[in-house]
Parts: sequence; C-alpha cells; structure tokens
Amino acid sequence: MEIFGVPHQALLGQLLLGLVNGSFYAMLSLGLAVIFGLLNIINFAHGAMYMMGAYAAWMLLEYFQIGYWWSLLLAPLSVGAFGILIERVLMKWIYRLDHLYGLLLTFGLSLILEGIYRDQFGVSGQPYQVPELLRGATDLGFMRLPNYRAWVVLVSLIVCLGTWYVIERTRLGANLRAGTENPQLVQAFGVNVPLMVTLTFAFGVGLAGLAGVLAAPLYQINPLMGSNLIITVFAVVVIGGMGSILGSIVTGIGLGLIEGLTKVFWSEASSTVVFVIMAIVLLVRPAGLFGREK
Amino acid sequence: MKRSYLGFIALAVLGLLAPYTGAYPIFLMKALCFALFACAFNLLLGFTGLLSFGHAAFFGSAGYVLGHSMKVWGWSPEAGLLIATAASGVLGVLIGGLAIRRQGIYFAMITLALAQMIYFFCIQAPFTGAEDGLQGVPRGVLFGVFDLSDDMSMYYLVLAIFLLGFMLIDRTVHSPFGQVLKAIRENEARALSLGYEVDRYKLLAFVLSAALSGLAGATKTLVLGFETLTDVNWPLSGEVVLMTLIGGIGTLFGPVVGAFLIITLQNELADKVGSWVQVILGAIFVLCVLAFRRGIVGELSARFGSRKNA
Amino acid sequence: MKKTLMATLVGAAMMTGSGTMFAQGAGKGADKGKAAGGISGGVVKIGVITDMSGLYADLGGEGSVTAARMAAEEFGNRVAGVAIEVVGADHQNKPDVGANKIREWYDTQNVDMVSDALNSAVGIALAKISAEKNKLAMISGAATSRLTNEDCNANTIHYGYDTYALANISGNAIVKAGGKSWFFLTSDYALGHSLENDTGGWVKRAGGEVKGAVRHPLNASDFSSFLLQAQASKAQVVGLANAGGDTINSVKAAVEFGLTKNQTLAGLLVFITDIHSLGLQNTQGMYLTDGWYWDLNEDTRKFGKRFFERMKKMPSMIHAGTYSATLQYLKAVQATNSDDPKVIRAYLSKTKMNDMFHKNAWLREDGRVIRDMYLMQVKKPSESKYPWDYYHVRATVPGEQAFQPLAQSKCSLIKK
Repeated sequence: MEIFGVPHQALLGQLLLGLVNGSFYAMLSLGLAVIFGLLNIINFAHGAMYMMGAYAAWMLLEYFQIGYWWSLLLAPLSVGAFGILIERVLMKWIYRLDHLYGLLLTFGLSLILEGIYRDQFGVSGQPYQVPELLRGATDLGFMRLPNYRAWVVLVSLIVCLGTWYVIERTRLGANLRAGTENPQLVQAFGVNVPLMVTLTFAFGVGLAGLAGVLAAPLYQINPLMGSNLIITVFAVVVIGGMGSILGSIVTGIGLGLIEGLTKVFWSEASSTVVFVIMAIVLLVRPAGLFGREK
Repeated sequence: MKRSYLGFIALAVLGLLAPYTGAYPIFLMKALCFALFACAFNLLLGFTGLLSFGHAAFFGSAGYVLGHSMKVWGWSPEAGLLIATAASGVLGVLIGGLAIRRQGIYFAMITLALAQMIYFFCIQAPFTGAEDGLQGVPRGVLFGVFDLSDDMSMYYLVLAIFLLGFMLIDRTVHSPFGQVLKAIRENEARALSLGYEVDRYKLLAFVLSAALSGLAGATKTLVLGFETLTDVNWPLSGEVVLMTLIGGIGTLFGPVVGAFLIITLQNELADKVGSWVQVILGAIFVLCVLAFRRGIVGELSARFGSRKNA
Repeated sequence: MKKTLMATLVGAAMMTGSGTMFAQGAGKGADKGKAAGGISGGVVKIGVITDMSGLYADLGGEGSVTAARMAAEEFGNRVAGVAIEVVGADHQNKPDVGANKIREWYDTQNVDMVSDALNSAVGIALAKISAEKNKLAMISGAATSRLTNEDCNANTIHYGYDTYALANISGNAIVKAGGKSWFFLTSDYALGHSLENDTGGWVKRAGGEVKGAVRHPLNASDFSSFLLQAQASKAQVVGLANAGGDTINSVKAAVEFGLTKNQTLAGLLVFITDIHSLGLQNTQGMYLTDGWYWDLNEDTRKFGKRFFERMKKMPSMIHAGTYSATLQYLKAVQATNSDDPKVIRAYLSKTKMNDMFHKNAWLREDGRVIRDMYLMQVKKPSESKYPWDYYHVRATVPGEQAFQPLAQSKCSLIKK
C-alpha cells in the first residue's frame, strides 16, 4: 500500500519519529506555559536551560562518573536549583513591570549562559552514549525503532500527563491556578505565593533540563542546541496558545507529527512548516488553537 | 518643535565635523546605519509600545535587495536604496499584518518566528549566496554626479540619509499620528474606545519602522559592499533591542547613543576579550533591565531635564 | 531643551570617543613611515582574523593566533631587521565586524598580511579589502573555491584546502576504494548543493553511481527520518553534504539507526575537531578528506606536540595552515627584504614551499596553493593507540590532481 508514492510502512516510521520530536516540543512548551501562567514571563532562556540539562548530564558522567539514570534525576534538579537562584536574584525585581521586560531579561540571560558554556566547553560539542539498557532497536515490522527513542516518548508522555493531572486535578494545582488569577486573594488564604512562584519557575526550567538530559544521547551536546530549538517552540506556543496545559502538550506533539510528515513529502520545508502553520492559525484563530483572548 | 530642532542641528553639526576628528569613516558610517536602524526600531517599541523581535528581517532583506539590484541589474545607488526601502516596507505589511493580530509577548514571539522564516528563505534563495554572502556590491555614482567610491562622499550620503530618517521619525512622533500611537502605547483599549482604528495605526507604524530599518540596512550594504546572513538572523534582532534599551526606550536620541556604544564595544572587544563578547553584551542586557531601564539618555533627561517626555 | 542638549552631548562624546581610538592608531602608523629596507612601517605585522566565539572557534580561534605566533617565534620575532608582531581578532562570525577590523588593521595599524579568515563570507570580504588596500591575504580558513574563481585577485592567496578539492577527492578516491554507489544527505543551501553536485559528478566520472539524495534544512535538529531514507536507498556510501552541527548530528543518528553496519559514511566537510567531539565509537570507518593531519610524519608530530603543549589539543588543518602561511610569508619577506604584496606573491610563485604543512607546494597564478591532499578513514576504537590517534591515510592525492585545473577556473588573472 502506498500513499502519494510513499509506502505506508515508511510513513508510519516517519510518524513515529515525528512523535519523538513532538515529545520534546511538548515538554518545552509545557514548561513555558507553566511559567507563563504564574509569572507572566516568557522565558527566553528556556532553550539555554535545556542546553544546561544536557551539559549537566555530561558533566556528571565526565567529572563524577555518574551515569544516565542518576542524571535523569540529578540534572533536572540542578537546573531547577539554578532556576531558583535566577528567580530569587533576578526575576523577582521585574514582576511589576511590563511583561516584555521579562522577555528581555531572559534573552540577556540566555546570551550569558551560552557564552559561558561556549567558552568553557567549545562549540563542537560533547558526545554522550545511549545507556546500556536502552541500546539496540526493536523491530516493529514496518521499521526498526531504536529503544532509546521509544523511551523518550514514554518518559515525556508520563511527565506531561502527570503535570497536567497535578495542575488540573489536585489541590496544589488548584492553588496554582488560583494564584494565576488572583495572587492577593490566595495569599490571604495563607498560601505562600512567593514560594509557590519560585517553585513553579524551578519546575518549569527543570522540565527543560529533563528534556535536555533526554536529548543528550540523541543529539550532540553543544552550547547552541537550545537556541536553535527555542524559536520553533515559541511558534508552537503561539499556535497552541498558553491558556491551557493540555493544549500546549497536544500542540507540541501534533506539530512534531506534522513536521515528521513534511520530512517525507517535502523535506526542504520541514523547518519552516511550523511557522507556516503559525501564520495560518493567526489568520484564522488569532488567540491560538487552545487560547483564550484576554 | 523648537527643542528637537536644536538637538537636530547639534547632531547634524556633529555629524559634519566627525570625520575631521580623525574618526575612522567606515566605522562612523556603519555606526550611523545602526543608529538609524535603532531609531526606526524605537519608533515601534518606544512610541507605539510594540516589541518586535524580528527587525533583522527588514534590515537584512533590504541589504540583499540593494545588493542584487546594483550588482546584477546595474542600478544606480539612489534607485537601489529606493527599491530596497520599498521592499522592506512591503515585507513590513506582510509581517506586521499578521503580528498585530496578537499583543504583548505574543507579538514579540510572532515577529521572531516570521523573521526566522525570512532567514530560512535567505539561506535557500540562490541570489543571496548563502554563507558566502552577496559580495562585491559596487558603490556606484549617486545621481550620476557623486562618485561614492570616495569615502568622504559616501560618508556625507550616509549622514544625509541618517539625518533624513531621524527627522522623519522626529516629525512622526510629534505629529497627531504620533500622539495617537502614544495613546495606543499607554492604553490600547482606551484608544480603541475613543474611536481610533488601532490596528491601522499600529500597522502603519510597523510599516514605517520596517521601511526605515530597510533603508538603514540597504545603506550599510552600500557602504561595506556586501551583505551576509548575519544581518537577517535573530541575534541582530536582539542587538537592536539592546541598542535601544541601553540608549533609552522612547527617547529620540537614545537609540543613536546606544547604537554607537554597542558598535564601538563590538569593535573594540574583538581583539581583547576573545570569546567573551557575547557574555558581556548579555550582562549589559540584564543590567539594563534590572537597574537601568530608562537607558543613558532617559536617565540623563530625568536627572537634568524637564519631565516632559519627548 | 536641556534634555536634548544633554543627549546630544553624550552622543558627541561617544562619537569622538570612538573616533579618537582609531585616530591614535592612525598617528602611530603614519609617524614611522619607511624604516629598514623595504619594510613599511618598520614592523612586519600579521593579523589573524578568526572566529573565537562562534561555530568555528575550535577549528581556528585562539589556536590559529597561537599557530601564527609559533611561526614568528621560529624567526626569533625578527625578520629583515625589523620586529614581527602577530595580532588576532574575533570576527564573531559577523562579516561586517571582520571587515571593519581588517580595514582598521590595514589603514591604521600597519598590518601587512592577514591570515585564517574562517567563514567564507569573511574570507571573500578579506580578499576584496586586501586588493583595495594593496595588502596580502593568505586565507587558510575559508573553504569556498570562489576565492580562486569569481573572487580571485592579485592580493589573495588561497592556502590549505577548498571545497573543490574536498568534493573531488572524496568522490574519486572513495569510488576507487570500492564505494561505488552513493546516496547524499544534503544540507539545503548553496554549500550543500555544491558539495553534492561536485562530489556526485566525480563519483559518476570515476565509474560509480548516484542513487539519490535527500535535502534537509540547515540546522535541522533531528536527522533520523532523513537517515531512514538514506538507509532505504541501500547505497554503499552515504555522502554527508553538510557541515558543522548538521554533520555531527547526522553521524550520531546514523549510528543509532544501525546505518553504519551496512553502509559507509563519507563526510564531505569534516574536520578533526568533529571526529574528536563525536568519538571513534561513532565515527569509525568514516571517510573524509583532509589537507593535513598531525600524525603524518616526524615533522608534523613535532609541530603537533608543540601546539598541544600550548593549547591542550592537537592542531587542526586550519591551525597548521595558518602556521605555514605565516612561516612562508616571513621567509619571503626575509628573502626579498620587502613586504610589498606584489613582490611577496611574485617570490612565492617562483619558490617551492617546504615546511611541516606541505612539501614542494607551489603557488599558481589564480592564487591557489597546489599541495597534496589526503583521503582519510577513521580508525576503529581498538586501532587507536594513543590520544588523537584517529586516521588511516587511505590515499595521498597530489595537488595537481586534487585542485581545480586552471583551464576550468573563472579567475580573471589567468591569461588565456
């Protein structure tokens, strides 16, 4: 069976690979959305945090001989801890200002971080091996799927849906959502809002750090890996709208799939397809697919 | 009106005399181009309240258009500048038309994403020469009279373009149109309720800013004789924000000061700090946002001048 | 009113401030005038314009400046009775910053020769400015063969390698080594297209077959789907017509999807820094063309060791090329007692160049240095005996066969 001259088996394979990319988009745009929800800041440094996560995994292995599995826990934690530092030292001064200052501040921050990593580790990047347990590939009949890629999709789905559940279905999440709407009121109910803000930021960038660790064995770890990705993720966020958690997950995965298909039918356009979709969505539904117009 | 005349005249005199202080003309020309670019950007950010993160697209594409029209079609410099400015104006209509459908942070992200598309286009388009750049653009003869291969004639043309652009921005800001833009910046909903067609005003400001950015980019290509991908890529969009921020958002002279500062810094640091240039620029960014939001000119005028904002 | 005045004053201070920095430089240069013999400015000054902060920083960067200094030190930092000075600058991958720096060097700081110029746009700009100011460019960094075609001039020497030679050798020599059928993974812009077309042309001429190609966008993050297409082609050799991060990520994905078990990779624009960062585990068996390797012979090893002591890494072809360009330039200055670019170039085209970078290399009239090039194959991890022991030399291609024949050149300097 063929679809437009492409065997449907190859098509399935490409869709599956698109899913892997979609998982990264979903995790990154989810982190952006969580941070935006509570802090009203678009974190331009999100790409740099993703890069830091990957480097953290590499450094743990290189300097402390700590392998992938521990890195999966430690690297996001360390990126999150760095996030706490950033939030306490820098971010908290600008909450009352126009949102755009947040974008500018984090943009400057990403320049600093990339510059420092570039100076320390060079630009060619560092290799990171796939962990022993996940090497090899599984034959699915229509393609050989490397086990590690399946693992990436699995982890990201669990993390994304877990986040969605916590925010939409638990008391903690209710506080968070209320804090977004009316921080004073929530504070009056005895919730420590500044702490909640700090931890939310740490969680958001921790997600980026986790995405970085997951990406480490797949892509070369280099200082620019984040900035190449972040612009695409911004487009994903515009398409989905940041109003809903589930929306940003669905959009991320969906765009990964569409991008995967583009690679088969018109590979030259695969990096612009997301932007084209963004333009169309803006024309048809300016608030984004899942957005609420303020 | 008189105030800005005085400043404008001072700026013009300064510009006329600058080459005789022993300053390096090519450097001055480049800095003037970036100064005009920053002023055009500030028209949008400072006076309309729209943060575009994709202005490099206009600056760079105009450079390519000028380069192509002069090198391949053999056009004169004045025709090249004209078509390049017009082209970036048209691009401004397209990008601006989409971007103004959203506000605030979304606006910034949309301009960034669309500008990235222009960048991808420039990589793949055959006439840009991709990573080799569009090289060997002749300076030509202006109006068939002034031979621009002479650095001094070139300098005075650049200065004239800069002053013209600056004056245009000045007049725009102080016109009734500019007042409406400021009203939109302060409170969009209110401007809307007063019966202004906010979107049309925003789009017009966007296109004006895009066209002037294009004029700046085209002039830079004319000066240096080449155009490369750096000028359409997003780091430049960030740099122009930094120039405006450090000089003073919403001040007339701030972007000029900011542009000169950043260009001097990049040039001076090139052989001194090696790989740390980017870190230093980033640190300046962070510092400006945290502690210095009025910028150099804004800070000075707040301290020494009247409170009225230009 | 006060406010605008203040603002203008600040502007004035900035303009004159940035102006005087150059003015000082200009004064220094002009005062000295002609000194010893035919050396202008009383000093032989060499500029290394390179990328210290961007994509190519590992390939050139500080290492290139160090390499040029090492060449100057071999002369005891003096030549033809005057001092040698080496200056380095970071073009930050911004051609206008690079061009500005080069002009400033030539106009106000008495720089006589500029080398390296990694990044094609900077390379071409350097060539043009050097012709305009009548100085010498010895380009060891940029790869574009435009430097000896459309953009050639009498003040530019293209040292080291170029894209023509890379494509030619990879295409020819790999087919001869048994890689008959090819599939290309091409970065979708001018560089990728020309690598694909040139190499493909050579493959066919050598009796091989091109089975197809897939184009990917520049800086694509994920290469898996393109590799599946390459794998499905069942071609023996998968040519990577891309560069930098794209090449690195395609190699990683190729290993992950098991492509390298049945097919061989050929990197068309791959450097030792890329192999070092990917590791032998990922790159074993891959073919690539290089202009120099630190472990070729006793001389290269000696240079490699000296370089390593300073930079804590082995030199790349760019580092060695910048060293050699500086060394040959200084030799020419010594022999002619002049730093006039025309005199130097005339001398170099009459003399064979011999140093650890190349033997019996010579300068052709289009500005191309004709020198041997090498087809390398990356060693297996088990074959690598010491750090940076990465390559088998599979073929040594004489310069006359490696580079574009003069008859095909579009260079205007060639008298036909």
